Amino acid sequence: MTIKTVKEAINDALVQSFEEDKNVILMGEDIAGGKGREQYQGTQDAWGGPFGVTQGLYTKFGGERVRDTTIAEAGFFGAAIGAAMTGLRPIVELMYVDFAGVCFDQMMNQAAKVRYMFGGKQKVPMVVRTVVGAGFRAGSEHSQTLYSLYTHIPGLKVVAPYDAYDAKGLLLSSIKDDDPVIFMEHKRLYMTSCEVPDDLKPIPLGKGRIRREGSDVTIIAIQRMNLFAEEAANELEKINISCEIVDPRTYSPLDEELIFQSVKKTGKVIVVDESNPKCSLASEITSLISEKCFSDLKAAVIKITAPHTPVPFSPPMEDFYIPSTKKIIDAVKKLKDV
Amino acid sequence: MIEKEKINWIYKKIFTIRFFEERIKKIAKEKTVPGYLHTCIGSEAICVGVMAALNQDDWISSTYRNHGHAIAKGCELNEITSEIYGRKTGICKGRGGSMHISDFSKGMLGSFGIVAAGPAVVLGAALQEKINKSNKTCVSFFGDGAIHNGAFHEAAGLAKLWNIPMIFVCENNGYAEATATDWHLNTKELSDITKAYDMLSYIGDGNNVFEVYDITKKSINEAKQKNTPIFLEFKNYRFSGQYEGDTQLYQPQEEIDKAKQNDPIKLAKENSSKYGLNKNDLEKIINEAKEEVDKAFDFADTQPWPQPEDALEEVYVNYPVEIKT
Ligand SMILES: Cc1ncc(C[n+]2csc(CCOP(=O)(O)OP(=O)(O)O)c2C)c(N)n1
Ligand SMILES: [Mg+2]
Repeated sequence: MTIKTVKEAINDALVQSFEEDKNVILMGEDIAGGKGREQYQGTQDAWGGPFGVTQGLYTKFGGERVRDTTIAEAGFFGAAIGAAMTGLRPIVELMYVDFAGVCFDQMMNQAAKVRYMFGGKQKVPMVVRTVVGAGFRAGSEHSQTLYSLYTHIPGLKVVAPYDAYDAKGLLLSSIKDDDPVIFMEHKRLYMTSCEVPDDLKPIPLGKGRIRREGSDVTIIAIQRMNLFAEEAANELEKINISCEIVDPRTYSPLDEELIFQSVKKTGKVIVVDESNPKCSLASEITSLISEKCFSDLKAAVIKITAPHTPVPFSPPMEDFYIPSTKKIIDAVKKLKDV
Repeated sequence: MIEKEKINWIYKKIFTIRFFEERIKKIAKEKTVPGYLHTCIGSEAICVGVMAALNQDDWISSTYRNHGHAIAKGCELNEITSEIYGRKTGICKGRGGSMHISDFSKGMLGSFGIVAAGPAVVLGAALQEKINKSNKTCVSFFGDGAIHNGAFHEAAGLAKLWNIPMIFVCENNGYAEATATDWHLNTKELSDITKAYDMLSYIGDGNNVFEVYDITKKSINEAKQKNTPIFLEFKNYRFSGQYEGDTQLYQPQEEIDKAKQNDPIKLAKENSSKYGLNKNDLEKIINEAKEEVDKAFDFADTQPWPQPEDALEEVYVNYPVEIKT
């Protein structure tokens, strides 16, 4: 057993995938960084992306497989699709998910649809690694989560790991998967760590995880919200309220069974999502529960989400924007009394 | 000949921007302000030289690296600083932060964090000027990295096709994040990319504020006279990292040392007597600039924070939609 940060776990999964399959390649902006100055010793691999996640890959695997691109997302996302259809397994980095707009067509209309639209003859085994999340004081254009933007599109798979264990296991399977996968990494989780076995097997996409067993209330937490759910559960335990925390981990496909089992057990549900509320994962999960578990519910599902605003910059406003431990505790108390 | 008043203005602004960005570097090190900070040390001459050729109500767009543009365009120093500190009295009420400093009332259409988002927006403003037969100048600032993005090319193509006299200002500061400009160029000169659009382009020394001013002023006249967009490439050097905290490992020391010989502030100082400023004049301007910057940071530090619920305001003009009777 080794303790790894999310950042290290992702790097490990990339290295392992590169070693296992020579068709795996990586493209993105400054994923090596400084490569242009090969005459200067030690500068070739200076960046590894803005969070240093891919550092070392260029040195290990070379510029043919680890490609620094220009700021041309539509170009290299499109290229990943063609490369994937013809035999490579490209991983592309969308530096922040907020830049989705400049290359959304490639994912929405090509990557997602070629298999279906062209009669099921092709597949597009590519992975988009991207950085999501507020709480970094990074303002409206570098802080969104946009989970539901991709989840909405048939043909795309969507993965959002919370801890290092899941990050490694889920990235390994995302790269092996034959469909296009959007792999979302939360910037506030990169430096969090947990035990990750060196020989961790790929974790199947579409399998959620019970992070904490409990009997009174179910908290369904999306990515970083697991942190607040855990904090809330710890507090609530002190006053004898038992929370069950469900981390779906992947959003398309979604482990509906796991969610429903927990709902049946507690009958009281809170969904916590850092995204904007309209047409969000929170609203999707809530609607599924009301459709499939109506008779098990003892109260209406409570959604805790960001407000319907862009992410504000200033700390008091951004902290207000992000769901909090306190909001979860209050909601659980409200449900407990039902 | 440039009038004395303009020379003084140019000197005042160029020093203000440098002092401002040096303070930003300092507070970034002390970690006393939240968020990403992109400084424009090395770009001062471009910010000031271009803006010296504009009126206050002319339109510009900027990027996340906007402090210099905002200062030169006449945004209030106190409000800029307060915004960076995340305070309620900031230029965007604390909602934007350093990456989005912008004041519409000073002719700023916006400071966009998405690379190459600006040119098309400026194209639209310039189209409006054309349709309304108004004559405001429209300038989009962007970096050498942005010229690889489709959004830039689409704006450039339309601007030429529609005979829009806007000015594309490309700050070629040698780097897009950690990538050296020349490593990713397919053409000999960056501005050669405009050949595809048969667009006029000029290259200038981005370290020399008077050269920048001169080229910009002539280009604005030419663009309006010929009804055509013009692309300006100003070469300079990005002394700071991509953002504050960047290790800059990819920027070799010998390269930085060489660039320092052409530091825009150094050149401005060396040229000052040529432009009729004696030692005392220069010192006075420098002191004033320093003082104003210090005051702005003192001001920002004492400003109130926004209320958490302020986050909910001004998402729309009208929401939920009111039915007009
Ligand atoms: C569409 C898009 N892709 C990537 C980024 C991340 N990014 C921010 S700045 C930057 C480099 C831009 O370089 P350049 O245009 O030369 O401007 P400079 O920072 O040198 O002023 C990149 C890739 C972004 N903001 N938007
Ligand atoms: Mg640049």
